[in-house]
Amino acid sequence: MTPMVEAVGVRKRFGDNEVLKGIDMTVGRGEVVSLLGPSGSGKSTFLRCINHLERIDGGEINVDGRLVGYRRHDGKKYELRSREIAAARRGVGMVFQRFNLFPHRTAVENVMEAPVFVKRTHKDEARREALALLDRVGLADRADAYPAMLSGGQQQRVAIARALAMSPSLMLFDEPTSALDPELVGEVLEVMKGLAKDGMTMIVVTHEIGFAREVCDRVVFMDAGVVVEQGVPDDVLLNPAHERTRAFLSRVL
Amino acid sequence: MTSVASETVPAGGVVHADEPIVRLRHPGRWVAAGVLVVLLAMLVHFVATAPKLRLDLVAGYLFEQSILSGLLVTLELTVVAMALGVLLGTVLAIMRLSANPLLRGAAGAYVWLFRGTPILVQLLFWFFLGTVLPKISLGIPFGPQWVEWGTNTVITQFTAAILGLGLNEAAYMAEIVRAGIKSVDPGQTEAAHALGMNPVTTYRRVVLPQAARLIVPPTANETISMLKLTSLVLVIGLPELTTTAQLIYGRNFQQIPLLIVASIWYLVLTTLLTLLQSRIERRTNRGTVPLRARKRVRFAMGADR
Repeated sequence: MTPMVEAVGVRKRFGDNEVLKGIDMTVGRGEVVSLLGPSGSGKSTFLRCINHLERIDGGEINVDGRLVGYRRHDGKKYELRSREIAAARRGVGMVFQRFNLFPHRTAVENVMEAPVFVKRTHKDEARREALALLDRVGLADRADAYPAMLSGGQQQRVAIARALAMSPSLMLFDEPTSALDPELVGEVLEVMKGLAKDGMTMIVVTHEIGFAREVCDRVVFMDAGVVVEQGVPDDVLLNPAHERTRAFLSRVL
Repeated sequence: MTSVASETVPAGGVVHADEPIVRLRHPGRWVAAGVLVVLLAMLVHFVATAPKLRLDLVAGYLFEQSILSGLLVTLELTVVAMALGVLLGTVLAIMRLSANPLLRGAAGAYVWLFRGTPILVQLLFWFFLGTVLPKISLGIPFGPQWVEWGTNTVITQFTAAILGLGLNEAAYMAEIVRAGIKSVDPGQTEAAHALGMNPVTTYRRVVLPQAARLIVPPTANETISMLKLTSLVLVIGLPELTTTAQLIYGRNFQQIPLLIVASIWYLVLTTLLTLLQSRIERRTNRGTVPLRARKRVRFAMGADR
């Protein structure tokens, strides 16, 4: 069986600054992986490359056996059209640090938006499914609230429901709890734990070491654009092999 | 309830707590009101006693046939020119923000040209187009033509006015729409893309509805401005409201009464447009300011966690 994500030698530069210096990573189906590392280590950039929100400058990424952003033909990679990129992204859900809910739509409308306007699901059916998803993240009673009326934790749970509405086979989380008040972090992590238990393949950029230990199958530590070390959470987090990992962990723990 | 307890609380304290509050007085406001009343009285006296003002003519001409048809032309010009301006302006704004350098350049050149020349010149240019381009035809460039019209039959006074006002307005609307689009958080576009929306759906469902909140007030401003700008079509002889009033006072020399008639209609239309603006703003503000205020109240009342 092909892995869910297979990245080989991924490079990315912003101007003169090379932020990814050849990342190799494989994520299996149903695996939950967390990306740890100091800010500026390239972990968020790598996550954004996986669904082509950033274009990579070298190497390649395959999601579900399909090349991201390009079509392979006659030994060349042809850039995809924006419609084809959009179609490829439907199988990948993404949750952002700043939620990025649509402020002009209610919670349930946020969740319905993509099914109705991308998948062309009928409105009534999309609403039924959206309400079921809001129920799954514990927000059935706030379906008609606008994002501005919700707390940060509630907004992030709506954002997770919104990503799930496209029935993705892979979920990307970009520091999902970093913008939250400490007392709201738990409710979001709880929803993510539920997803992991249901067998969702997840890649999580996070600073929540506790979450990484408890939920993740594997922890990948990145620094300065390279993967420094990776392995089972208890190995990497309790007995880090690398000096840079030890330095980082001593600062966050 | 012992006498000792009542003595420890100073008796005076209870009395002070019940003292009535005297509000701050604003004598300046009374002075200002007095001055305004005097000025208003002077105006009323002038209007009532000036024999040349002919308020009877104002009342008589307000619903006069040619004034009303002039009013209709003004309305038509405003609506059609603004519709053209908003549609073309939105297209130009999206072109200017496009990744395609050719589209960006073309839109930039358009805005440069149409903002950089007087609208009066543009109106006259379209009106006199027939003198340099006698025929307009449809067909293969430099090849056979299928249909052909005389320029002067296609570009009537009305179409020249629409082209002049609408194409000029598009240049200004392009800048308004561009500012509105750029104000939308780039995270919104990313979220839409991450959900698999293509660029067109992203604009239509996510970016433009949010940009609208910032676009509506200046667009209402432009519409009200356009309402009065239509009086410029005087130069190509199209009888809209001001032109009609001018034609009438050219015959009867009652300039002020007829200008008042025109002003009353402009004020009526501006008032209606302002009402329409606040209705549209209520719609585009969904999910923003008032709700945030409501949220604060709900938080304060403990209804929300």
